Amino acid sequence: MTTTQLKDPPISKRLAKNIKRNFIERVIEIILMFAALAATFITIGIVYILVTEASGFFKEVSIIEFLTSRQWSPLFEDAHYGILPLISGTLTTSFVALSIAIPIGTVAAIYLSEFASHKTRESVKPVLELLVGVPTVVFGYFALLFVTPLLQKINPDLPTFNMLGPGIVMGVMIIPYIASVAEDAMRAVPMNMREGSYAMGATKFQTAIRVVTPAATSGIIAAYILGISRAVGETMVVAIAAGQQPTFTFNPLEGAATITAYIVQVAMGDLPHGSLGYQSIFAAGMVLFVITFVFNILGHMARKRFAERY
Amino acid sequence: MEQNKVDAEHSLIKPQTLEEVRTMIRTHKRNDFIFSSIGLLTITFALLTLLILFVDLVMDGYPKLNYQFFTDFPSRRAANAGILSAWVGSSLIMLVTFITAVPMGVAAGVYLEEYAPKNWFTDIVEINVTNLAGVPSIIYGLLALGLFVYTFHLGQTIVTAGLTLGLLMLPIVIVSTREAIRSIPVAIREAAYAVGATKWQVVLHHVIQYSFGGILTGIIIGMARALGETAPIITVGALTFIAFLPPAPVTSVAPFISFEWLQSGFTVLPIQMFSWLSRPEHAFHINAAAAGAVIIMLTLVMNGTAIWLRYRIRKNIKW
Repeated sequence: MTTTQLKDPPISKRLAKNIKRNFIERVIEIILMFAALAATFITIGIVYILVTEASGFFKEVSIIEFLTSRQWSPLFEDAHYGILPLISGTLTTSFVALSIAIPIGTVAAIYLSEFASHKTRESVKPVLELLVGVPTVVFGYFALLFVTPLLQKINPDLPTFNMLGPGIVMGVMIIPYIASVAEDAMRAVPMNMREGSYAMGATKFQTAIRVVTPAATSGIIAAYILGISRAVGETMVVAIAAGQQPTFTFNPLEGAATITAYIVQVAMGDLPHGSLGYQSIFAAGMVLFVITFVFNILGHMARKRFAERY
Repeated sequence: MEQNKVDAEHSLIKPQTLEEVRTMIRTHKRNDFIFSSIGLLTITFALLTLLILFVDLVMDGYPKLNYQFFTDFPSRRAANAGILSAWVGSSLIMLVTFITAVPMGVAAGVYLEEYAPKNWFTDIVEINVTNLAGVPSIIYGLLALGLFVYTFHLGQTIVTAGLTLGLLMLPIVIVSTREAIRSIPVAIREAAYAVGATKWQVVLHHVIQYSFGGILTGIIIGMARALGETAPIITVGALTFIAFLPPAPVTSVAPFISFEWLQSGFTVLPIQMFSWLSRPEHAFHINAAAAGAVIIMLTLVMNGTAIWLRYRIRKNIKW
């Protein structure tokens, strides 16, 4: 009875349905592929924009002057185009930040991964993740109106805009990030390695330092590298609190502009499109992009190597 | 002779007597204790520092945190200044960001996990996404300035800012979508294929449905980040002093929806805070603190929701 009712449609009709279905599937796949390609287009777009705008800049300014001159004053009458002062500012603030964030972040990661009770870890970890998400402009407020006044009480000669205050705040800002990534790496070390160490009579501290940390090295290095990349690219904290005067100095007690602070400073003003000052922010941006790109790739490689081992 | 040599080697190993062994164990146990104290102190110190900073901020801004603050335009007089144009601008930009980044990010994530063949091309796209997540946000600002403002002539408008933050958010959505999809067992897909589903049907009815929570987590985290971003918005040319609102998206005459607001100038919460912060007068710093407290609250609530959501998903996982 039922078989007669459910009689199949003629074969041509079924094939037509199949063709239509396959066609739709194909179209959807192509649409999805273009979405994935968009990510590549962003990178291409970044490189394209930076290169075209900066090439206008380098038509006027020789690369040798750009890389060796110790003065950066593109907006003044007596214009100089040496990127070194901006780089020295970037390096100094990053150095201050990392000399705080790396030791504290590492100790915190080791403690959380190897010593802390399950309960402590489960409550501290989300807090770290929450802190990673706090907007950086807020940290700029802390640097300018909390940490620098505090430092001025210790050293009254410290100028309002200096690199030490923002450096310290940036360090505190990066601690949760480094701690979180490094802790993930240590957690990923297989349990039986720890058990082996304990079985030999090693203490927790010995196991953490001689077994877990060496095993997680590349993961921990990845955390450091990503931390460096964040410090170098950090904008608002230094733009607010480190000053806007490009100075070739490595003394954190002085104020100096970083690459990012310079870009912000120019963008806040109203430079005409196509002027040399306008193009100079793309040249500065290109240097920043190259530096962070190298660190990101290194970090990615370290992370991948770590992931492959376990 | 032979015995002596072995003894000599043994003497290199430190604990010789029982007393020495006990001393060694004591030393190592003490080291253990010292380090765990240092670790606990470090974490407490770091968290306490941040807590003090936040409390300081909220205390500074507290006198301004009233209803008026949210309904006043910025003003030359600190006492009258509010964040009306800033929070309206932020909301509208978030809307554009959401509409651009979410469909694209989810689609890209689905493609990379479910469709992409394993070859060099996919590898390049993958490295790209990882790298993009680490590009400083100000570089996105430069991209937007060169591309949206001066190549596509979109102007220094809400749509430009929304698209810029959309680009910034895209890698975050892609990564979290991929992670969520990866946690779904192959058996689910095979079961669907076995009853004759096409690939797209499997993706739409099963993969996306089951990874929805994880994707949502990524979206919320990305939105929180976009909300707090300042640098790229400065480069595309946000105004720091705006005493008007963009045209309303809903109108009283047909067709009832207007897109004029997309073309409007704008300011956002972090920019408003930044501009108050760059003024020398102390009264404006109080406004900045109040705006900062609002930003922190918003991002903490958003990120908190995301983390709680992820925790719940992990707990309720069915396979």
